[in-house]
Amino acid sequence: MSAVMNDETKKVLVEPLVSNNPITLQVLGICSALAVTSQMSTSLIMALALTLVTAFSSAAISAIRNHIPSSIRIIVQMTIIASLVIVVDQILKAFAYDVSKQLSVFVGLIITNCIVMGRAEGYAMKNPPLESFMDGIGNGLGYSLILIVVAFFRETLGSGKLLGIEVFKLTKDGGWYDPNGLMLLPPSAFFIIGLIIWGVRVWKPEQAEKVEFKILPIAHGEGGHH
Amino acid sequence: MPNATTQSGQMAKLCAALEKYESYRKFKAYAEKILALGNDSLEKTIAIAVALCLVCAVLVSFAAVALKPLQVENKEQDMKKNILDVAGLLDEGSNIDAAFAEKIEPKIVDLATGEYVDSVNVAEYDQRKAAKDPAQSVAIPKEKDIAHIRIKAKYAKVFLVKEGGAIKSIILPINGYGLWSTLYGFLSLDADGQTVQSINFYDQSETPGLGGEVVNPKWRALWKGKKVYAETDQPSLDKGLITEADKGEPALSLIKGVVDNSKPGSQYQVDGLAGATLTSTGVTNLIRYWMSTEGFAPYLNKVRTVKGVKS
Repeated sequence: MSAVMNDETKKVLVEPLVSNNPITLQVLGICSALAVTSQMSTSLIMALALTLVTAFSSAAISAIRNHIPSSIRIIVQMTIIASLVIVVDQILKAFAYDVSKQLSVFVGLIITNCIVMGRAEGYAMKNPPLESFMDGIGNGLGYSLILIVVAFFRETLGSGKLLGIEVFKLTKDGGWYDPNGLMLLPPSAFFIIGLIIWGVRVWKPEQAEKVEFKILPIAHGEGGHH
Repeated sequence: MPNATTQSGQMAKLCAALEKYESYRKFKAYAEKILALGNDSLEKTIAIAVALCLVCAVLVSFAAVALKPLQVENKEQDMKKNILDVAGLLDEGSNIDAAFAEKIEPKIVDLATGEYVDSVNVAEYDQRKAAKDPAQSVAIPKEKDIAHIRIKAKYAKVFLVKEGGAIKSIILPINGYGLWSTLYGFLSLDADGQTVQSINFYDQSETPGLGGEVVNPKWRALWKGKKVYAETDQPSLDKGLITEADKGEPALSLIKGVVDNSKPGSQYQVDGLAGATLTSTGVTNLIRYWMSTEGFAPYLNKVRTVKGVKS
């Protein structure tokens, strides 16, 4: 494997997991991370779908990158991404009907997921197909990682289950756990992602953004009522 | 990778075979000319856009066409599963198609008259599609549209379960607006057209864990034995007393909190969904709508074998 796994491949595969994670560092693809993470099963399928779309669209765009006219560059990328997403949606409807019913519009919305476009424009346009493919896989995995962590907390705390299997017995079924309804609503994903970003930046302080400006203390004679 | 070499060898052979044709040679020459052009020339821009669209269109249509039979089958299976489920006949592991064909009898009903319609192909009729077709649907007047669905199909597809020739359950398709989505489901009634057997919703996008609990088996079990139409002068939840004028009107509704089964009138009440007032109201409204004269009341009056109220 060492011949295939050269430094660049390794870098694009591993870096997006934590040190350059698309969600926690670049803060991309948040919308679907909020929407589909109330259950682990939908998160897993969404993560898989996004990883595949990012990888194949990056590879395809990279394969024709030298012939893409710059004036229609973005629309060319969009066309490729949209086609792949439609194919994924069709496959889900044919082979995983129940999950596709739950994901409903969110599969289609992968088209507008900033991660996919971001990798196409930021990496695939300048790098060869194999590396671009790996970069897509890496970023997809980075996204998947966050989705899985968020879904883990939301499903266990929100409905006492994990992948539909009971882990905490709910009070309404005669158990001890009173589920936290907030966890089932999208805002809870904001809080969890926020906590993850905090955790990552404590662990890797270099990820914290530089302060762009400083709020000065109130100057003499400014503000206040007398 | 020997596989790749044989593949590229085959590719080369194919190209060599195609070389014989004049049009292929012309196409190849044109493609080479285009690829050699500067990326920003007008001709290349248009040629690349056209070629890309062609390739993507072929890819998308191939996926859509090739997978269509599987998708249609999935949808049908899902529908049949839900109908068997609401009839209490779903047996995990058994063949859904066989069970459905054996036990369930689909019928088309004219909602306005309550009569069966024989001129329509029962197997092919899709009520949800018909509701979107202006020729097969009617707009619901605003003041009557309590379920907020705006349009309904003229004909409804109902399902009967029979035992020894007598009707055992009447399964009615129902739909109405909740909080985020239109809920689609089935309501199964006893042969008296009055007592609820079961309810289920097969298509809804309410908040998971709150309104989405309409699919919870525990909540659905609460519906069993509830009555749809008001029978006697008994206190009802939202009006105090059911008056003589209300008799025979749909009275079943969801209430806030838990139903006290010892109280009179509790047979018309089902526990509301905690934290989902709007979905609960939506379910009440869609039941009231589909059980009214706008919905299945004319049909139920005709089909009822056990004569009760309103007959």
